Amino acid sequence: MTLLRKSSIWIVFVVALFGLPQIFDSILAISILNQMAIAIVFALSYNMLLGQGGMLSFGHAVYFGLGGFLSVHALILIEFETMVFSILWIPLIGGLFGLLAGIFIGSFSTRKAGTVFAMISLGMGELIAASSLIFSSFFGGEAGISGDRTFGPLFFGFDFAQNIEIYYLAAVWVFIATLFMYLFTQTPAGRMANAVRDNPERAEFIGYSARKVRFISFCAAGLFAGIAGGLFALNYEFITEENLNAATSGRVLLMAYIGGLGYFIGPIIGAVVLTLMNSLLSNYSELWMLYLGIMFLLTVMFLPRGFAGFIMMHQMAWVRGNMKMLVKPYIVTGIPALLFAVCVIVLIEMSHSDEETFHFLGMTLEPSSSITWIVLIAIAGAAFYAVRRSRAQLLDAWETANAAPKEEQS
Amino acid sequence: MLEVLIFATLNGLVTGFLLFMLASGLTLIFSMMGVLNFAHASFYMLGAYFAYSLSLYFGFWTGLIFAPLIVGVLGALVERYGLRKVHQSGHVAELVFTFGLAFLIEEAVQFFWGRDTKNYQTPEILDFPLFTLLGQEFSAYRGFMMAISIGIFIALYYVLTKSRVGIIIQAAITHPQTVANLGHNVPLIFMGVFGVGTALAGVAGVIAGPVLTTFPGMAAVLGSIVFVIVVIGGLGSLAGAFIASLLIGLLQSYAIASDVGMPDLLDLLGLSFARDHPLNDLWTINLPQIAPVLPFLLLVLVLIFRPTGLLGKREE
Amino acid sequence: MAILSLKNVQKNFGITEIIRGVSLDIIEGEKHAIIGPNGAGKSTLFHLISGRYKLTAGSIRFKTEQIENKPPYEIARMGLARSFQVTNIFPRMNVFENVRCALFWSKGYRYSFWNLLGRQHELNDEAMQVLEQIGLCDKAMFPSGELAYAQQRALELGIAIASGAELIMLDEPVAGMSHSEAENAVELIRKITEGKTLIMVEHDMNIVFDVADRISVLVYGEIIATDKPADIRANPKVQEAYLGEVRSA
Repeated sequence: MTLLRKSSIWIVFVVALFGLPQIFDSILAISILNQMAIAIVFALSYNMLLGQGGMLSFGHAVYFGLGGFLSVHALILIEFETMVFSILWIPLIGGLFGLLAGIFIGSFSTRKAGTVFAMISLGMGELIAASSLIFSSFFGGEAGISGDRTFGPLFFGFDFAQNIEIYYLAAVWVFIATLFMYLFTQTPAGRMANAVRDNPERAEFIGYSARKVRFISFCAAGLFAGIAGGLFALNYEFITEENLNAATSGRVLLMAYIGGLGYFIGPIIGAVVLTLMNSLLSNYSELWMLYLGIMFLLTVMFLPRGFAGFIMMHQMAWVRGNMKMLVKPYIVTGIPALLFAVCVIVLIEMSHSDEETFHFLGMTLEPSSSITWIVLIAIAGAAFYAVRRSRAQLLDAWETANAAPKEEQS
Repeated sequence: MLEVLIFATLNGLVTGFLLFMLASGLTLIFSMMGVLNFAHASFYMLGAYFAYSLSLYFGFWTGLIFAPLIVGVLGALVERYGLRKVHQSGHVAELVFTFGLAFLIEEAVQFFWGRDTKNYQTPEILDFPLFTLLGQEFSAYRGFMMAISIGIFIALYYVLTKSRVGIIIQAAITHPQTVANLGHNVPLIFMGVFGVGTALAGVAGVIAGPVLTTFPGMAAVLGSIVFVIVVIGGLGSLAGAFIASLLIGLLQSYAIASDVGMPDLLDLLGLSFARDHPLNDLWTINLPQIAPVLPFLLLVLVLIFRPTGLLGKREE
Repeated sequence: MAILSLKNVQKNFGITEIIRGVSLDIIEGEKHAIIGPNGAGKSTLFHLISGRYKLTAGSIRFKTEQIENKPPYEIARMGLARSFQVTNIFPRMNVFENVRCALFWSKGYRYSFWNLLGRQHELNDEAMQVLEQIGLCDKAMFPSGELAYAQQRALELGIAIASGAELIMLDEPVAGMSHSEAENAVELIRKITEGKTLIMVEHDMNIVFDVADRISVLVYGEIIATDKPADIRANPKVQEAYLGEVRSA
């Protein structure tokens, strides 16, 4: 591939990063873009552990949170002129603290991957989250700590009071962090991380200590999570124990998994999707987290390679120009599936609301009438049946579309 | 002082037995499938909620009998239609699935029952002090909790070691292929063990609900501690889980009941620090404060120095 | 000159003795086969040499150092490579990456997270050369987990020899292959182990007598004979313990 083709996706990335706020420039949109930026770095850092290294961590928020806490303290130091430096460097400070924490915790966590690793990460996560409530001088107790990012040297006249200014700063950091995390995968350390993930025993027999390989990935993941924490501190100027706890660790796991662990771009997709669900969906329904849970479980069961995996499954078909073969099968299965999902959502929302009437897509439904329920359930049932019937033909079409024109397998 | 010790011990035992009821189901499931069921405490929560709802209409005792059954059936269905499907994607996928399940159950509980704490009452006939010692009461309900726990363990022990079904299960746990070749329906056994494991968690929920409060966060509170227990006790070891459960139950109970703290330790060493010392939080810490943290501290120490746990058998 | 020297190597699992006092000298440059009935402990012996298991007693010297109880990665770095009876590759990486990883340490990359692999032309060329040797050039970008069995075994070999190790240990390299596949594999083994020392565990007597300079017979954890093929064939103890039960064509 020529350099231009290879870097074309990076160009698209840069254009998206700096161009999107021009198109979506409302205050809400900028706020969402900021959240996405933070989530992207955080989720990518998590994937260094899980997708690249095969280490399932339930305590990754620790590095994010610690990075964030030190960053807010740094903001306070700048504000009171105890130290003077531009807030441009804050994410780096967060990153360094995340790295230090990673070095310390990684020194005893990385002996094994698998369940033992997961349990240590869970234990450390809970330990540190609980300790943060005890050590209130650094962590501010339940209320957390807050700072102000408008102090310190100006950057070309900007004091970063506005969210859009912080966004552009974040965008630069997102680009740098993403680039470096990608480049890591193209180094011996990154490749050996993959090898150790696949077969730690064999990796040792080609000369590498599996533990040391994992340790390097672990520290790097801590560094970038800390950077994400720094970005968080700059955006919200406020941080609490919640940002280190198990719920936040769970959320980043969700993001990376839904997006797709096996692909570099997977966590980016996951971060974007989850941030959108979090900010937009929550306006329409109180139950968005229930839907998230259902979606997550369905992804684990039916799309184990995530959204990115789903897209990549069509790679062969795309390359072979067979995409049009899939259009009709997708419509035949897709429409009933969509109908089923919609009916279920309506049923769930109706049972949750205590209002007299229920508005949906311009239609007004009456929850009190049993006919409404019967009709909805009937439609849902029929749709489900249609999906099951048509699954076979979709799989067939997909296989044909992806198959080689002549037999390649030997 | 003495009554503090006695009651702390009794309460620690009650908690310990309860924790073992959860840990035993988790250990059985882990021994069998090699996966730590992250959602185990969620079934405990479901047990409490189902029992609560049943108790509103039919009284506590109906709840005690039927709620675990409902939970067990749900567990079996989860194994059959969820976990089994994910099994082919590997251990990580299984762990992530159970994690997602825990998340979903917590949301579902809030959906069906609301976010408030439920007023799940202990039955009236147990609403009296069992005995009074040195001025403090020990409620009959707590005695009941202990009795049920012990009763279930004895039943479990006999079923597993003396009955034909139990022996088949023990064999299927370590040698599923051989057992299948002998003509037994191993998938059914798996489903059954998962169902029983979750039903056990459900029983724990039914009896603990009134005491430990029934609210949507109850799974999260106990969930991590149960993992700590099975890991410390040794993944796959029931005896280890038993020892660890009692250990943690007693440890926490003593820690909460004591009022020893860092200041006492510093006094002993003849040190003292000014109030504005940066590590002041550390110097003023006391044992009850760090009681919730102790299990995790223990977990990390065990995992570093003895990763197979106290009596661990199954190596990855 | 013995490149590998085992002295009274003992391995117990609990109270069960698996390897019961094995002493063996492997001469540099020779092709040495280890044969024996199932359960004799051949794979265990390999595991002991390559560092996967710890010795209960005895010592092992490789080149100039005692290697018993060293971790596998240290032994591998000294120039010892092995393949496995059950295919042990990196299934989610493609064929090229599998081989390239095996080259990293010997090419001096260590745990580098600063060398970009796209720019390492010498490394990449050498990896392609190895692929050429094992006949998997056209499958370079193929996910290794999806290769056919015989090709996976070839890759297995490729990983073992890529690092340029002087002592190569192959554990049943042609197990499960058809006759023609095995023939190709043996040719490959001959080619790539020229000038190196080879220790091979194998059941197929034809291959053993064809390839080996010397044969050791392992029975119930003890070596009952070490000799040239013709002498082994004639050895009555060996005939009784092993060859007597297996008719070779």
